[in-house]
Amino acid sequence: MSAADIQLDAQGRLRHFIAIEGLPRALLTQILDNAERFAPVGDRAVKKVPLLRGRTVANLFFEPSTRTRTTFDLAAKRLSADVLNLNIEASSTKKGESLADTLRNLEAMQCDMFVVRHQVSGAAHFIAQQVAPHISVINGGDGRHEHPTQGMLDAFTIRRHKQDFTRLSIAIVGDVAHSRVARSNIQALKTLGVPDLRVVGPKTLIPPQIEAQGVQVFDDLDEGIRDCDVVITLRLQQERMQSALLPSANEYFREYGLTAERLRLAKPDAIVMHPGPINRGVEIDSAVADGVQSVILQQVTYGIAVRMAVMAMILGNQALAGAA
Amino acid sequence: MSTQFDIDALLNTMAAQLRERLDHAGISNPALVGIRTGGVWVAERLRGLLGLDEALGELNIAFYRDDFSRIGIHPTVEPSVLPFDVDGRDLVLVDDILYTGRTVRAAMNEIFDYGRPRSIQLVVLFDRSGRELPIEAQVVGAHLSLRAGEHAKLAGPSSLHLEIHRTRA
Repeated sequence: MSAADIQLDAQGRLRHFIAIEGLPRALLTQILDNAERFAPVGDRAVKKVPLLRGRTVANLFFEPSTRTRTTFDLAAKRLSADVLNLNIEASSTKKGESLADTLRNLEAMQCDMFVVRHQVSGAAHFIAQQVAPHISVINGGDGRHEHPTQGMLDAFTIRRHKQDFTRLSIAIVGDVAHSRVARSNIQALKTLGVPDLRVVGPKTLIPPQIEAQGVQVFDDLDEGIRDCDVVITLRLQQERMQSALLPSANEYFREYGLTAERLRLAKPDAIVMHPGPINRGVEIDSAVADGVQSVILQQVTYGIAVRMAVMAMILGNQALAGAA
Repeated sequence: MSTQFDIDALLNTMAAQLRERLDHAGISNPALVGIRTGGVWVAERLRGLLGLDEALGELNIAFYRDDFSRIGIHPTVEPSVLPFDVDGRDLVLVDDILYTGRTVRAAMNEIFDYGRPRSIQLVVLFDRSGRELPIEAQVVGAHLSLRAGEHAKLAGPSSLHLEIHRTRA
C-alpha cells in the first residue's frame, strides 16, 4: 500500500499525514488556507483556541529533534490538546520493549494522534498501518523519505512572500540525496505548480535520475540560483564529510556556501530559506542567514500554524468519520 | 423565498436605539465587532449610521464552535481580525440572526482570548425563537417567527435582504 492510499479516507479526506507524494493539489492548498486561518492565533493575548480540547497528542521521537518537536508541541497546545512528549530512544526501547508494545500502551492511554520522528525511512507509514483505527499518525520526519509538515511550511512561507506558485523559479541547494526536507519540498512544489524547480549540489549529493521528478540539476551554484525567486539551502550533515562524499566543510562552503555576493545572482527580491539547524559558514554565510532576504525565522513561526492546520484537519476528519 | 422586511428602516431604528443605550450607559467610544458573515455586513452599516471612524472587528468563530467533535473543521477561509485592543473596551457584538445562542457564546469566548472587555452589548438584526442558551440581545431589529424546518439567511452585502429556506422534515 502506498503512503497516499493510507493517508486518505474513503471520502478523500486526510486521515494520516505521512508523505506529500501522491496528495492532490487541492488538499495541499486546503492545508495552506487553513494554516492562514491559524496564523493570527499566535499574535493574540491568549495564543490558544479550544478546537482540540480533550484530545491527546503523543509526540513519539525516536530521533532527537528540537525545532520539530517543540513546534508540534506548541501547535497541539495552541489547539488546546493535551500533549505527551516521548523520547523513545531514552525510554522503553532501552528496556527491551518492542515498538508494537509501546504503541499498544499509548493506545491504552487513549491518545488520538501520534507524531512520529524516526531515523528509518517508512517508519511513520509502518506505524500508521499498526495503530488502532481511532488513531492518526503525522510523520515528523522519517529517515531520508519525507518531512511533510516541513514541506508544507516551506510552501506556506513561499506563498506568503511570492503568492503565485505557477510563476516561480526555486532552487534547492545542498545535500539533496540525504534530505527528507528536499524530497517533501520537491513533491509539494511540483504539485503546487512551480514551473522551474532546480536542485543544486555536488554530484555525490544529488540522487541519480532525479530529473524524472521534473527538476533541473545544476552542479554549479552560480548557475543554479541565477534569477531565482526562492533559494532553499539545506543543512549539510557533518557525517557526509566523514563518509568521503565530501572533502571538507571549508571546501563545501567555497563551492556551495550561499554568500551575499552569490545571492546577488538571484532576483533582487529573492527570499532565502533553511529548514534549520543552520551550519553557519558551511552551507550559508551568517550575513545571508541574518540578512534582509532571509525568512528562516518566519519559517519557524509559520511551522506552528501549518502544524495546527494539519492536526485540526485530521482530528476533525476523525470526528466526521466517527459521526458517519 | 425573499421576505418583505425593510432592512434599511430596521437598521435606522436599531442605530437610534443603540445610540440611546450607549448614551444612557455613558459609553462614548464603543468598538463594533461583527460575526462573519452576515453580522459583519450589519455591523458595517451600523458603523456608518453611528458615524464611528474606527475599523470593525470581524470574528470567524469556526475555532470556537461546540460542534467540532461532530462535524470537524469548518471550511471557511477568513480569519478573525480585531484591529483594536479589547482590554477595557466597550464592545458592541453584532450578528444577523440570533437563534440558538451558540454562535454568540462562541463569539464571546473568542473575544475573551483577545483580552478583557469592559462590557459587551449584543445587537441583532433578527431574533428568532429557539434559544438553547441563556443569551438575549439588547437591541433587536425585528422578531422572526418561523415554522419547523424553515431556515433564515441574510443575503448581501450590497443590498441586504432576508431569505427563508425550507428543508423537508
